[in-house]
Amino acid sequence: MTPVLEAAGVSKAFGAVTAAMDLNVAVPDRAIYSLIGTNGAGKTTFVNMVTGYITPDAGRISFAGRDITRLDPQSITRLGIRRSFQIPQLYNGLTVLENMMVALTISADRKPSYWKPAKDRSHAERAREHLARLSLNDQRDRLIPELSSGMRKLLDIAMAMAGRPKVILLDEPTSGVAADEKFPIMDLVMQALKDQEVTILFVEHDMDIVIRYSERVLAFYDGRIIADGAPDEVLADRQVQRYVTGVVK
Amino acid sequence: MRLATDIRILAGGSLAALLALGLALPEWLMFLLTMAFAKGLVALGIVGLMRGGLVAFGQGLYFCLGAYTAGLTAIYLGVTDIFALALLGIVVCALVGAAFGAVLATYRGIFFAMLTLAISMVLYGVLSKSMALGSTDGLSLPAPTFLGAEPEGWRLQFYLYAFTSVATVVAGALMWTYFNSQRGLITLAIKDNELRVEYLGASVRWTMANAYVIAAALGGLGGVIAALAISHTDPEFAFWTTGGEFVFVAILAGYLSIPAIFASSIILELVRSFSTLYFPNTWQLALGIFLLIVIFLLPDGLGSLVARRFKRTGGAP
Repeated sequence: MTPVLEAAGVSKAFGAVTAAMDLNVAVPDRAIYSLIGTNGAGKTTFVNMVTGYITPDAGRISFAGRDITRLDPQSITRLGIRRSFQIPQLYNGLTVLENMMVALTISADRKPSYWKPAKDRSHAERAREHLARLSLNDQRDRLIPELSSGMRKLLDIAMAMAGRPKVILLDEPTSGVAADEKFPIMDLVMQALKDQEVTILFVEHDMDIVIRYSERVLAFYDGRIIADGAPDEVLADRQVQRYVTGVVK
Repeated sequence: MRLATDIRILAGGSLAALLALGLALPEWLMFLLTMAFAKGLVALGIVGLMRGGLVAFGQGLYFCLGAYTAGLTAIYLGVTDIFALALLGIVVCALVGAAFGAVLATYRGIFFAMLTLAISMVLYGVLSKSMALGSTDGLSLPAPTFLGAEPEGWRLQFYLYAFTSVATVVAGALMWTYFNSQRGLITLAIKDNELRVEYLGASVRWTMANAYVIAAALGGLGGVIAALAISHTDPEFAFWTTGGEFVFVAILAGYLSIPAIFASSIILELVRSFSTLYFPNTWQLALGIFLLIVIFLLPDGLGSLVARRFKRTGGAP
């Protein structure tokens, strides 16, 4: 089966620091991958290259067979690859509902109108439906600074889901979230994404989350992928235990 | 739909009130309002940019370009119809705005502000040195005609005021529609978080370039009206202090209310007129103190006073 997302020989250096070296990844459609590794291992660099924030020095990234290596974030997003951020990127001056409406407005129309009201009733209703999927409807009239970290993460992900993406990359969806909120949040997110049949790649440090939610794991170390396989296999790998999880049996 | 109906009723009512008011006003006050509305149009364009987080100090460029377009067309082509001159001024400024906007929209913050200022000062320099364009003396314009009508005296003043009122109300209603539109919401979002806008699939550059073109067109319209109202234009229209006045009005008004922009422009013209009479060398001091008070007490501008009342409707008043 042709992978929906493929990176072949992708490398990136920032001066003398190699952030990614000869990365080769092939992600099948509707798969759930987790990306693990210590800070600076290259996970976020990989996410940034896939989503167009950084252009690789070498290699090729393709999406559904199309070369996206040198496209900008806007074009890649339009093709169907979305992302959420480690630090949620929201509109602090707007309410939760307005944040969602902005996401839907941009996602729904290729060229948003200069005439159509942004806040008509049907548009607001659609925004409420999207918020409801991640149990955010009760928060819809609150401003972003009034939300908990977990709620902000959820809204960030809800906005990334607005355009019915084919692939979504979640950058540390549970970082900064209270321990007792992590699993409920991941349950909500994963269910909503599975309902939309989205291919998921998520960066994660919590191995319990990795084991519970991912089908396959990519372990990064020093800009390279040192293990690629099922969660049990990868977490049992001695290199992964030594350089990533720090649990040498 | 209800909002669209509301704005049509509001615009129609405002226009009727302005025209009725004009019949009762003395000539000097009609002139003052004409100038205030002309400059308010320029500030309206700046507010459109401010909603996306950009401040243009150089809108004197389009104010001047519109004025010279009207002046040169009237002098060399003999076209004095105000509708034709206004349309030409808008088109010329929109085209020039499109050329500069494509480049300027890639800049943010102080770089954008100073680049716009630099371009307006280039025009100021060119006009000041060009004898063919009247050098520092500028151009004197003939009285405008109105679809064949050639009013004089009070009638001319009233016709000009009426034209300006119509232009102001129409521009205000169109900008209100734009501010409340899908593109308007995206512009507000750009001010808050550009990165997220790009990662949702919209072009920040395209959106802000369009806002710049709209601001240029409004600047041109304001320039045409101002030049016809005083029957003169000179390079001072593009000078940095002129651009600063427009920004002053925009900041005083804030970006929450369109009527507040024109109210702020009227305040500026009134303070200027009376202070020139009573304390000619210190009127800028009075304006500065007034602006400081507004910034401290109403950081979102005078418009925030009105916007609070309209907040429940979800629209920009």
